[in-house]
Amino acid sequence: MILNQILFYFFALLAIGSAILMVTRRNIVHSAVFLISTLLATAGIFLQLQAEFLFVVQIILYVGGIMVLFIFVIMLVNLDVALRQIQFNRQKYVAGVLTLVLATQVFFALWVARAGLNLTNPADKMPVRNTEAIGDAIFQRYMLPFEIASVLLLVAMIGAVVMAKRRV
Amino acid sequence: MIPTEAYLILSLALFTIGVVGVLTRRNVIIVLMSIELILNAVNINLVAFSRHFGSVDGQVFAIFIITDAAAEAAVGLGIILAFFRNRETVLADEMDMLKW
Repeated sequence: MILNQILFYFFALLAIGSAILMVTRRNIVHSAVFLISTLLATAGIFLQLQAEFLFVVQIILYVGGIMVLFIFVIMLVNLDVALRQIQFNRQKYVAGVLTLVLATQVFFALWVARAGLNLTNPADKMPVRNTEAIGDAIFQRYMLPFEIASVLLLVAMIGAVVMAKRRV
Repeated sequence: MIPTEAYLILSLALFTIGVVGVLTRRNVIIVLMSIELILNAVNINLVAFSRHFGSVDGQVFAIFIITDAAAEAAVGLGIILAFFRNRETVLADEMDMLKW
Protein backbone atom coordinates (compact mmCIF):
# COMPACT_ATOMS: atom_id res chain seq x y z
CA MET A 1 0.00 0.00 0.00
CA ILE A 2 2.76 2.44 0.90
CA LEU A 3 4.59 1.48 -2.29
CA ASN A 4 1.41 2.32 -4.19
CA GLN A 5 1.38 5.81 -2.72
CA ILE A 6 5.09 6.37 -3.34
CA LEU A 7 4.60 5.34 -6.99
CA PHE A 8 1.58 7.61 -7.40
CA TYR A 9 3.32 10.68 -5.99
CA PHE A 10 6.49 9.96 -7.97
CA PHE A 11 4.62 9.70 -11.27
CA ALA A 12 2.34 12.65 -10.46
CA LEU A 13 5.25 14.96 -9.60
CA LEU A 14 7.16 13.77 -12.65
CA ALA A 15 4.15 14.45 -14.89
CA ILE A 16 3.43 17.92 -13.48
CA GLY A 17 7.08 18.99 -13.39
CA SER A 18 7.74 17.88 -16.94
CA ALA A 19 4.52 19.54 -18.11
CA ILE A 20 5.56 22.87 -16.57
CA LEU A 21 9.01 22.57 -18.15
CA MET A 22 7.39 21.68 -21.49
CA VAL A 23 5.32 24.85 -21.54
CA THR A 24 8.16 27.15 -20.46
CA ARG A 25 11.20 25.91 -22.39
CA ARG A 26 12.58 28.05 -25.19
CA ASN A 27 13.88 25.22 -27.37
CA ILE A 28 11.11 23.23 -29.09
CA VAL A 29 13.09 19.99 -29.01
CA HIS A 30 13.47 20.26 -25.24
CA SER A 31 9.72 20.85 -24.99
CA ALA A 32 9.08 17.69 -27.00
CA VAL A 33 11.38 15.65 -24.77
CA PHE A 34 9.64 16.95 -21.64
CA LEU A 35 6.27 16.11 -23.19
CA ILE A 36 7.54 12.56 -23.75
CA SER A 37 8.52 12.43 -20.09
CA THR A 38 5.02 13.60 -19.09
CA LEU A 39 3.40 10.97 -21.31
CA LEU A 40 5.59 8.22 -19.84
CA ALA A 41 4.68 9.35 -16.31
CA THR A 42 1.02 9.22 -17.33
CA ALA A 43 1.59 5.69 -18.59
CA GLY A 44 2.90 4.86 -15.12
CA ILE A 45 -0.27 6.34 -13.61
CA PHE A 46 -2.34 4.15 -15.94
CA LEU A 47 -0.44 1.06 -14.85
CA GLN A 48 -1.02 2.02 -11.24
CA LEU A 49 -4.75 2.37 -11.99
CA GLN A 50 -4.78 -1.26 -13.21
CA ALA A 51 -5.19 -0.27 -16.87
CA GLU A 52 -2.43 -2.43 -18.33
CA PHE A 53 -3.66 -2.28 -21.92
CA LEU A 54 -3.79 1.52 -21.87
CA PHE A 55 -0.29 1.59 -20.38
CA VAL A 56 1.05 -0.24 -23.42
CA VAL A 57 -1.10 1.75 -25.87
CA GLN A 58 0.09 4.99 -24.30
CA ILE A 59 3.74 4.09 -24.74
CA ILE A 60 3.46 2.60 -28.22
CA LEU A 61 1.03 5.10 -29.72
CA TYR A 62 1.76 8.37 -27.92
CA VAL A 63 5.48 8.12 -27.29
CA GLY A 64 6.32 5.87 -30.21
CA GLY A 65 3.93 7.31 -32.77
CA ILE A 66 2.68 10.82 -32.13
CA MET A 67 5.82 12.20 -30.50
CA VAL A 68 8.04 10.81 -33.26
CA LEU A 69 5.77 12.63 -35.72
CA PHE A 70 6.15 15.84 -33.68
CA ILE A 71 9.93 15.58 -33.55
CA PHE A 72 10.01 14.81 -37.26
CA VAL A 73 8.07 18.00 -38.02
CA ILE A 74 10.23 20.01 -35.57
CA MET A 75 13.31 18.86 -37.48
CA LEU A 76 11.70 19.93 -40.77
CA VAL A 77 10.53 23.30 -39.46
CA ASN A 78 13.17 24.19 -36.87
CA LEU A 79 14.57 27.66 -37.31
CA ASP A 80 17.52 29.04 -35.39
CA VAL A 81 15.79 32.39 -35.63
CA ALA A 82 12.89 31.09 -33.57
CA LEU A 83 15.17 30.55 -30.57
CA ARG A 84 15.90 34.26 -30.27
CA GLN A 85 12.33 35.46 -30.70
CA ILE A 86 9.86 36.27 -27.93
CA GLN A 87 8.30 32.99 -26.86
CA PHE A 88 5.09 34.23 -25.22
CA ASN A 89 2.44 36.36 -26.86
CA ARG A 90 0.96 39.64 -25.64
CA GLN A 91 -2.11 38.13 -23.99
CA LYS A 92 -0.08 36.06 -21.51
CA TYR A 93 -1.19 37.85 -18.34
CA VAL A 94 -4.88 37.87 -19.29
CA ALA A 95 -4.55 34.22 -20.27
CA GLY A 96 -2.89 33.36 -16.97
CA VAL A 97 -5.65 35.01 -14.95
CA LEU A 98 -8.38 33.34 -17.02
CA THR A 99 -6.74 29.94 -16.63
CA LEU A 100 -6.50 30.47 -12.88
CA VAL A 101 -10.23 31.31 -12.80
CA LEU A 102 -10.99 28.18 -14.84
CA ALA A 103 -8.88 25.97 -12.56
CA THR A 104 -10.54 27.43 -9.46
CA GLN A 105 -13.99 26.78 -10.92
CA VAL A 106 -13.19 23.15 -11.74
CA PHE A 107 -11.59 22.65 -8.33
CA PHE A 108 -14.63 24.15 -6.62
CA ALA A 109 -16.97 21.89 -8.62
CA LEU A 110 -14.84 18.92 -7.59
CA TRP A 111 -14.95 20.01 -3.96
CA VAL A 112 -18.73 20.37 -4.02
CA ALA A 113 -19.26 17.02 -5.75
CA ARG A 114 -16.86 14.92 -3.73
CA ALA A 115 -19.40 13.91 -1.08
CA GLY A 116 -22.09 12.95 -3.58
CA LEU A 117 -19.77 10.91 -5.78
CA ASN A 118 -18.07 9.17 -2.86
CA LEU A 119 -14.69 10.03 -4.36
CA THR A 120 -12.54 8.90 -1.45
CA ASN A 121 -13.07 5.13 -1.67
CA PRO A 122 -13.12 3.63 -5.18
CA ALA A 123 -14.95 0.40 -5.96
CA ASP A 124 -11.73 -1.48 -6.79
CA LYS A 125 -13.29 -4.46 -8.48
CA MET A 126 -11.67 -4.19 -11.90
CA PRO A 127 -11.79 -7.28 -14.12
CA VAL A 128 -8.57 -9.26 -13.70
CA ARG A 129 -8.02 -9.73 -17.43
CA ASN A 130 -7.83 -6.13 -18.51
CA THR A 131 -7.10 -6.59 -22.23
CA GLU A 132 -9.78 -9.24 -22.59
CA ALA A 133 -12.38 -7.02 -20.90
CA ILE A 134 -11.47 -4.08 -23.18
CA GLY A 135 -11.71 -6.31 -26.25
CA ASP A 136 -15.14 -7.50 -25.14
CA ALA A 137 -16.32 -3.93 -24.60
CA ILE A 138 -14.94 -2.63 -27.91
CA PHE A 139 -16.25 -5.42 -30.08
CA GLN A 140 -19.68 -5.71 -28.45
CA ARG A 141 -20.99 -2.56 -26.81
CA TYR A 142 -18.78 -0.06 -28.63
CA MET A 143 -18.72 -1.61 -32.10
CA LEU A 144 -20.19 1.44 -33.87
CA PRO A 145 -17.84 4.00 -32.27
CA PHE A 146 -14.96 1.67 -33.12
CA GLU A 147 -15.94 1.63 -36.81
CA ILE A 148 -16.44 5.41 -36.80
CA ALA A 149 -12.95 5.79 -35.33
CA SER A 150 -11.58 3.84 -38.30
CA VAL A 151 -13.33 6.27 -40.68
CA LEU A 152 -11.86 9.17 -38.69
CA LEU A 153 -8.38 7.71 -39.07
CA LEU A 154 -8.90 7.30 -42.83
CA VAL A 155 -10.03 10.93 -43.13
CA ALA A 156 -7.04 12.10 -41.06
CA MET A 157 -4.65 10.04 -43.20
CA ILE A 158 -5.98 11.49 -46.47
CA GLY A 159 -6.05 14.96 -44.92
CA ALA A 160 -2.45 14.74 -43.74
CA VAL A 161 -1.26 13.52 -47.15
CA VAL A 162 -3.11 16.31 -48.97
CA MET A 163 -1.92 18.99 -46.50
CA ALA A 164 1.72 17.96 -46.66
CA LYS A 165 1.79 17.59 -50.45
CA ARG A 166 4.14 19.99 -52.12
CA ARG A 167 1.72 21.33 -54.72
CA VAL A 168 -2.05 21.06 -54.25
CA MET B 1 -5.57 2.80 -1.95
CA ILE B 2 -5.19 6.23 -3.56
CA PRO B 3 -8.52 8.11 -3.54
CA THR B 4 -9.99 8.97 -6.91
CA GLU B 5 -9.90 12.69 -6.14
CA ALA B 6 -6.09 12.63 -6.10
CA TYR B 7 -6.17 11.53 -9.74
CA LEU B 8 -8.74 14.21 -10.54
CA ILE B 9 -6.52 16.90 -9.02
CA LEU B 10 -3.49 15.60 -10.95
CA SER B 11 -5.60 15.69 -14.09
CA LEU B 12 -6.78 19.24 -13.30
CA ALA B 13 -3.17 20.37 -12.84
CA LEU B 14 -2.07 18.89 -16.18
CA PHE B 15 -5.15 20.35 -17.89
CA THR B 16 -4.40 23.82 -16.49
CA ILE B 17 -0.78 23.68 -17.61
CA GLY B 18 -1.96 22.62 -21.07
CA VAL B 19 -4.44 25.52 -21.27
CA VAL B 20 -1.70 27.96 -20.26
CA GLY B 21 0.48 26.53 -23.03
CA VAL B 22 -2.27 26.88 -25.63
CA LEU B 23 -3.10 30.44 -24.65
CA THR B 24 0.36 31.93 -24.11
CA ARG B 25 2.90 30.30 -26.43
CA ARG B 26 3.57 31.81 -29.85
CA ASN B 27 4.99 28.67 -31.43
CA VAL B 28 2.22 26.62 -33.07
CA ILE B 29 4.03 23.31 -32.54
CA ILE B 30 4.09 23.91 -28.78
CA VAL B 31 0.41 24.85 -28.93
CA LEU B 32 -0.29 21.47 -30.57
CA MET B 33 1.82 19.70 -27.94
CA SER B 34 -0.17 21.48 -25.21
CA ILE B 35 -3.37 20.18 -26.80
CA GLU B 36 -1.90 16.66 -26.56
CA LEU B 37 -1.24 17.37 -22.88
CA ILE B 38 -4.89 18.41 -22.37
CA LEU B 39 -6.16 15.22 -24.04
CA ASN B 40 -3.79 13.25 -21.85
CA ALA B 41 -5.20 14.90 -18.70
CA VAL B 42 -8.71 13.93 -19.80
CA ASN B 43 -7.50 10.35 -20.26
CA ILE B 44 -6.27 10.26 -16.66
CA ASN B 45 -9.75 11.35 -15.57
CA LEU B 46 -11.44 8.65 -17.63
CA VAL B 47 -9.17 5.88 -16.38
CA ALA B 48 -9.51 7.06 -12.77
CA PHE B 49 -13.31 6.93 -13.01
CA SER B 50 -13.03 3.57 -14.76
CA ARG B 51 -11.32 2.23 -11.64
CA HIS B 52 -13.66 4.14 -9.36
CA PHE B 53 -16.76 2.47 -10.78
CA GLY B 54 -15.04 -0.87 -11.42
CA SER B 55 -15.95 -0.87 -15.10
CA VAL B 56 -13.75 -0.97 -18.17
CA ASP B 57 -15.84 1.49 -20.24
CA GLY B 58 -13.74 4.52 -19.30
CA GLN B 59 -10.64 2.83 -20.67
CA VAL B 60 -12.42 2.20 -23.98
CA PHE B 61 -13.22 5.90 -24.20
CA ALA B 62 -9.58 6.69 -23.39
CA ILE B 63 -8.57 4.54 -26.37
CA PHE B 64 -10.94 6.51 -28.59
CA ILE B 65 -9.42 9.75 -27.31
CA ILE B 66 -5.92 8.48 -28.11
CA THR B 67 -7.14 7.70 -31.65
CA ASP B 68 -8.51 11.21 -31.87
CA ALA B 69 -5.23 12.69 -30.65
CA ALA B 70 -3.32 10.77 -33.32
CA ALA B 71 -5.65 12.02 -36.08
CA GLU B 72 -5.47 15.58 -34.78
CA ALA B 73 -1.67 15.52 -34.56
CA ALA B 74 -1.32 14.18 -38.11
CA VAL B 75 -3.63 16.78 -39.66
CA GLY B 76 -2.32 19.63 -37.50
CA LEU B 77 1.30 18.92 -38.30
CA GLY B 78 0.39 18.65 -41.99
CA ILE B 79 -1.17 22.11 -41.82
CA ILE B 80 1.91 23.47 -40.03
CA LEU B 81 4.20 22.01 -42.71
CA ALA B 82 2.08 23.52 -45.51
CA PHE B 83 1.99 26.89 -43.76
CA PHE B 84 5.73 26.87 -43.10
CA ARG B 85 6.38 26.13 -46.77
CA ASN B 86 4.35 29.19 -47.78
CA ARG B 87 5.20 31.75 -45.10
CA GLU B 88 8.48 30.57 -43.48
CA THR B 89 7.09 30.99 -39.95
CA VAL B 90 5.55 28.84 -37.21
CA LEU B 91 4.52 31.71 -34.94
CA ALA B 92 0.81 31.92 -34.21
CA ASP B 93 0.53 35.72 -34.22
CA GLU B 94 2.18 35.99 -37.63
CA MET B 95 -0.55 33.83 -39.14
CA ASP B 96 -2.72 36.79 -40.08
CA MET B 97 -3.44 36.32 -43.77
CA LEU B 98 -7.20 36.53 -43.17
CA LYS B 99 -6.82 39.82 -41.25
CA TRP B 100 -6.70 43.25 -42.85
